[in-house]
Amino acid sequence: MTNRTDILRDDASDPFAGERLKVSYFHDREKVLNLRDAWSSWNGFKFADYYYDVDYEYFCIRNTCGTYDICPMQKYLVEGEDALPMLNRMVTRDLNKLRDNRVTYVAWCTDSGRLIDDGTVFRLGENRYLLTCGSPCLAWLRKSAFGFANVEVTDATEDWAALSLQGPTSFAVLQRMGLDGVAALKPFDIGHFPFMGGTLMVSRTGFTGDLGYELWIDPELALPFWDALYAAGTDFGIQPYGESATNMARLEAGFIMPYMEFNEALKTVNFEYDQTPFELDLDWLVDFKKPHFNGRAALLEQKRNGPKVLLTKLNIEGNKPAEESILYSDENCAREIGYVTSAMWSPAVKANIALAMIDTAALNGEIWAEIYYQRELRHHHKVARCTIQSKPFWSPDRARLTPPGLV
Amino acid sequence: MADQETIVIGGGHNGLICAIVLARAGQRVTVLEACPNLGGMAAEREFYPGFKASLAQTLYAMPQSLIRELDLTAHGLEFATEPLPIRPLTTASTPQSITAVSLTGAEDDDTAAYPKYVAMLAKFAAALAPFWERTMPRVGVTGVSDLMTFGKLGLKLRLLGKENMLEFFRVATLPMRDLLDEYFSDDRLKAALCWDALVGSQLAPRSPNQAVLTLLNRMAGKDAGHHVVPKGGMPGLVRALKNAAVQAGVAIRTNCAVKSVHIEGDENGQRCSGVELEGGEMLRSDLVVSSADPQTTFLKLIGAQHLEIEFTNRIRRLRNKGYVARVHLALSGLPAFQGLDSPEGRLIIAPTMDSIEFAWDAAKYGELSEAPVMEVLIPSLQEPNLAPRGQHVLAANVMYVPHDLKSGWTPEHRAALLNTVLSELARYAPGIQDLVLASELLTPQDLAAEYRTTNGHWHHCEPAIDQLLMMRPTYEAAQYSTPISGLYLCGAGCHPAGDVSGNPGRNAAKEILA
Repeated sequence: MTNRTDILRDDASDPFAGERLKVSYFHDREKVLNLRDAWSSWNGFKFADYYYDVDYEYFCIRNTCGTYDICPMQKYLVEGEDALPMLNRMVTRDLNKLRDNRVTYVAWCTDSGRLIDDGTVFRLGENRYLLTCGSPCLAWLRKSAFGFANVEVTDATEDWAALSLQGPTSFAVLQRMGLDGVAALKPFDIGHFPFMGGTLMVSRTGFTGDLGYELWIDPELALPFWDALYAAGTDFGIQPYGESATNMARLEAGFIMPYMEFNEALKTVNFEYDQTPFELDLDWLVDFKKPHFNGRAALLEQKRNGPKVLLTKLNIEGNKPAEESILYSDENCAREIGYVTSAMWSPAVKANIALAMIDTAALNGEIWAEIYYQRELRHHHKVARCTIQSKPFWSPDRARLTPPGLV
Repeated sequence: MADQETIVIGGGHNGLICAIVLARAGQRVTVLEACPNLGGMAAEREFYPGFKASLAQTLYAMPQSLIRELDLTAHGLEFATEPLPIRPLTTASTPQSITAVSLTGAEDDDTAAYPKYVAMLAKFAAALAPFWERTMPRVGVTGVSDLMTFGKLGLKLRLLGKENMLEFFRVATLPMRDLLDEYFSDDRLKAALCWDALVGSQLAPRSPNQAVLTLLNRMAGKDAGHHVVPKGGMPGLVRALKNAAVQAGVAIRTNCAVKSVHIEGDENGQRCSGVELEGGEMLRSDLVVSSADPQTTFLKLIGAQHLEIEFTNRIRRLRNKGYVARVHLALSGLPAFQGLDSPEGRLIIAPTMDSIEFAWDAAKYGELSEAPVMEVLIPSLQEPNLAPRGQHVLAANVMYVPHDLKSGWTPEHRAALLNTVLSELARYAPGIQDLVLASELLTPQDLAAEYRTTNGHWHHCEPAIDQLLMMRPTYEAAQYSTPISGLYLCGAGCHPAGDVSGNPGRNAAKEILA
């Protein structure tokens, strides 16, 4: 077997190879398409901020389809007879309900109920789970596994080459690739398909709020798989997209992002500058029917008292994105009641949208955002009225339809 | 609380004391003891036909107030002797003898310094004494009683006067070596004087941390921390506790090991609902008090799946490695120690503080010292029933013997350790080998197995600044209650710590009844 570390390095003869960012299994194709050389990094991997143009990539997600490289996303295999009890004690949701070949969105907290991270759990089989998340989590998983005799946690991040394929034509592309049965996959289903002697795992999951899939393949088949996918996608507007377009799509879908909506609890220095699931409007992720899970007592107390702040979806008048705005209960900006965590002009919704952390007590009153913006180096500010939106800004029926439409 | 059915796990002194206090308050208490005998580390063991000993063999840390409160005298507790003197053994100079009030056989300047040293410690011990007998405050919770506890401690220390208070803060975490160097010059005397601050812990004379506080804790006991032998030895104390328990209505079951604490859970959360015995029998109770060590209680009897993750990992990393081995010798006659008319008292083999330090140096790297230091007692001098007439039992606490010997505890290593101990003894008591009828070695690993205490630590977990007061054994379990509703701790792993003080047992019961 090829040494995977070698695949992940751009040039093994480089004297600084150990210091440089690793590259994804798809890098040989991505570097050709990254016309702007707009690289940033994620978990030690060279990672595209965007390839060509942020707005173009965003519109591909919403109008055709795009691929987002999730090789750097952290992947952990949790296996053994105690895998389920171990994970079930760690996360706030009840995993007993998760069936084979299903995925669920989960969050996990410290003993005091502060959110460490969120992610997805794939039930690959009895006693075999895959946990994915944005940041490294191995230390916490090992702590969580202590005391369980039959559970093994493996960092499998580099054991898969994975791409997220998102957008209304994503199903059509997979169909064109000849994945028989992909039509039957419901949201959060997992399917397995033969591919060049290996197995392609397809999960109907994603981070855009749209129709989409995540595609998992043996690293050795990464490039042939990319080529087959892009060949099938040519007629369906396939295009790689980077971090910036993802961030737009996830905000429209109302998904939270670390270091935007929440600070990971284990990395938070200031007291309670992290968040609880209740503050993040993730009540539905916390299942008190479970007798025990980490942080339960603290979370129950917060549920009873109600969170002091609440992540809230806002529609803001005008078209100036309210990035980093402070929120007030009055137009004169006399009393602060919160702050915006993410904001954008949403092309799909044609609205000025934001996620904001707001004092719960102030949610029934008026909400005003003080917005700073500039026009050709002239700085301006305005105070705009905000209204609370309860549903996700973007949630098309096609994201849930099974079988999905061909466009 | 009447009609409350309560289970106490472990029939050591803390379990029994907790049971007595709860039963007297009207609870129906059952004590479950895994061994055939009650008493835990104070239980009697016949290590050779006709020769008996107990791991804990003297009483020093139990406060007089507790003996009174439990009315133990009425239940048969008597003391066979006056407090035992400490005798630093020597092959050359005049034998010294150290008691609570006097030092004899030392140079004049040391003799003159001794009362000042004792008076200084006694003042601090008296100021701290009330805190060993109460529940520690919860950090971050500012209830009235928590504030009162803090306030009282502050006041007690302030009432010492400014100079004494500042002196207390200076010496509280001082290494014993520095403290003793300030007062004394004789090496052998200093080595003997630091013994009671170190024995049972992972500390040597040069270690900062809690050595002074341990000494002050022990000095809060009856006779200012000096050791007395109860009539019948420590099993005599256990019998008195058993009598008091039975009279209070406590049901006692021996040979009754607990396999697990049963936890019930539903949407209202988890609570303790009883215990399962190793035989499979289920005993139901919504109040369970465990005197087992914290790792045994949380990791073996309850299990991580019922606990919080960070809490579990704090329990996992408790510092609890035992470093004291016990050697028992069955002797055909009384050995003659050089310079002593009679080997009465606690005989210390540690020529200098350095000799203690070097023994620790070996142990902390997982090795056996070639010159271990030890405290030797011939309990049959005080309690003749421990051996056949005219014969004797010798018991030695040997430091420092690692629980996890790097090379593993093979029969060869055990024999080597026993040999080393015997030849050390023979230096001070020539010919003692000829008196040996039988011997027994209990390494910390043996203690762990015999007494069901993780890693064989005398005090269940190291009494150290990081595991003391509101940190003992760790926060969120430091007030006897635990994160599991209905489950409490009452063992040596709780505030104020180990030794046969009885404070954890009594404090836990009071907390449960509060």
